[in-house]
Amino acid sequence: MIFAPDFNPVWKGTTAMKKIHTLVIGAGQAGLAMSHCLTDRGIAHVVIERGQIANSWRHERWDSLRLLTPNWQSRLPGHAYTGPDPDGFMSMPEVAGYLDAYARASRAPVEEHTRVLSVTADAAGYRVATDRGDWQCRTLVLATGACNLACVPAVAAGLAQSVTQITALDYRNPDQLPDGGVLVVGASATGVQLAAEIRDAGHEVTLAAGEHIRMPRHYRGRDIQWWMDRAGIHSTTIDEVDDIARARNVPSLQLVGNRDRQFFDLNMLRNRGVEITGRLADIRDNRLFFSGSLANHCTMSDLKMNRLLASLDLWAETQEVCGLAAPERFAPTQFPATPCLFHDLGTGRFRTVIWATGLRPDHSWLHVPVFDRKGRLAHAGGHVAPGLYALGLPFQRRRNSALIDGVGSDAEALADHILETHGQLAA
Amino acid sequence: MTYETKINPVDNGVNTEALIGARGAFEQMPQAAAFTFRSTCDWISGTRNCNSLNGYFGLGEEQTRKETFAIASDHPEVFAAADTAPTPPEIVLAALASCLTGGLAAVAQHRGIKLHSVRAVVEGDIDVRGILGMDQGIRNGFSAIRVSFDISADASDEDVAALVAQSQKRSAVYDMLTNTTNVAVSVA
Repeated sequence: MIFAPDFNPVWKGTTAMKKIHTLVIGAGQAGLAMSHCLTDRGIAHVVIERGQIANSWRHERWDSLRLLTPNWQSRLPGHAYTGPDPDGFMSMPEVAGYLDAYARASRAPVEEHTRVLSVTADAAGYRVATDRGDWQCRTLVLATGACNLACVPAVAAGLAQSVTQITALDYRNPDQLPDGGVLVVGASATGVQLAAEIRDAGHEVTLAAGEHIRMPRHYRGRDIQWWMDRAGIHSTTIDEVDDIARARNVPSLQLVGNRDRQFFDLNMLRNRGVEITGRLADIRDNRLFFSGSLANHCTMSDLKMNRLLASLDLWAETQEVCGLAAPERFAPTQFPATPCLFHDLGTGRFRTVIWATGLRPDHSWLHVPVFDRKGRLAHAGGHVAPGLYALGLPFQRRRNSALIDGVGSDAEALADHILETHGQLAA
Repeated sequence: MTYETKINPVDNGVNTEALIGARGAFEQMPQAAAFTFRSTCDWISGTRNCNSLNGYFGLGEEQTRKETFAIASDHPEVFAAADTAPTPPEIVLAALASCLTGGLAAVAQHRGIKLHSVRAVVEGDIDVRGILGMDQGIRNGFSAIRVSFDISADASDEDVAALVAQSQKRSAVYDMLTNTTNVAVSVA
């Protein structure tokens, strides 16, 4: 085996395995929050990061994206937004800057440009092989995020070569698309935002919508995130929901980080000239087939929205909040009476298909038997195995576990556990 | 009403405990959840034929029922047929109504909603020039299907709407009609 010249000052050759009590993989909000909590508890640790701090925010999001949560709602252990616009929404460079500042303020021991090749268990804990040397740790925290890989449905294989396929992870802006029609598959926050932006750039756009959740940006004069924060919707724990598997798969709300956009829903897209169809059911015989279930999906979306608004109204009755406007209900989603059931690909209408069909974590380097039969990381509130933790997964301990604002609470709890069970403090 | 509901658990005649138990069992043994249903159809005369339904595969083995069921089909007199039984498309409408209604009762039971009466009226629009091969632009099957529920239940209008929505979300026949299914036909 040939090794590249060693340019990492910490790593001295192939035989010197570095040792650390706790190793954190990933320097996004989860890894940085955990680092902050570990430092607070005096636990020696290192954070390794494949690229730069906030790498996914910097390199794996589209250009126009802003957080769906307002600036005040990016609270992290020991860190909060102090800028001039608490009700604004951060752009991706702003998120990266925010997390850079957090890493500096926390003095987080981050080793950037260090990619994990494999993780294995050994008698003393875990062995982590990277492209810049190997680590041995007692405790390992997986903070690599929930959005590393795009979920693309199997029907994608039926698309002709002449149609460009990209995923939401690869999409940056409309300039990268060939001229011609675009099919956006998926109607969560990602799908509706991409459909609107691509339509505005002059493309003919069809949006295939399965299950989705419509939500107003503001309700009774407050941002919807203010409501979900104050009413405790975000802090709902896994013990408080009937079916955690279902709760973890709820699509993101149809929102955009723009206070002037009250609804970013199917009605808005139709008004902009986007064709709305049911979920993409199949691609065969050079045809796209759409489900006839659009009406029910729209009905369910309105029911879910109204159920949440009703629960917020109930909560508000028990509170003394000054200046709240009266409760309101919104006109239902206007779906087409006879939505299109298929498009012929032979007409050349579609030059591009964008898969906005969800993202999932990448644990392909984790060689420890900790997966369920569907290949997903099995964990109980982030506890994966003795000494092995995960952080930043959807609804890990609370509904907002995967949000910047929610990861801190999970990091505190897991850092406490590390302290109690592997309580060897830094020398 | 709430008080009465609390001391008399809702009973729509659905054993939801058994269904929830089955979910747990299938989680442990997913292969047991693979079922194959079948119907055997014999031609009688003209457009009249009759299906017998009994055995099916499920829970890892062949299952036999105590009774063999029969579903006959024919065509009406306006198609110069004997009109001894409903047409196959009508049986599809009936299957959809049955599937949604059965599912609705199960969801209501699970959600603690007492049903007093449920009636579904299903309509399907079909332009028969399609099956007569008169116009390539006209499909053979229904161009639209409408289901209208009339439900009396101890629940708000919104909760009833949610029952109807959930019954569609979990219906096999609704799925088969709204999404595509590969059909393989062979000669033995």
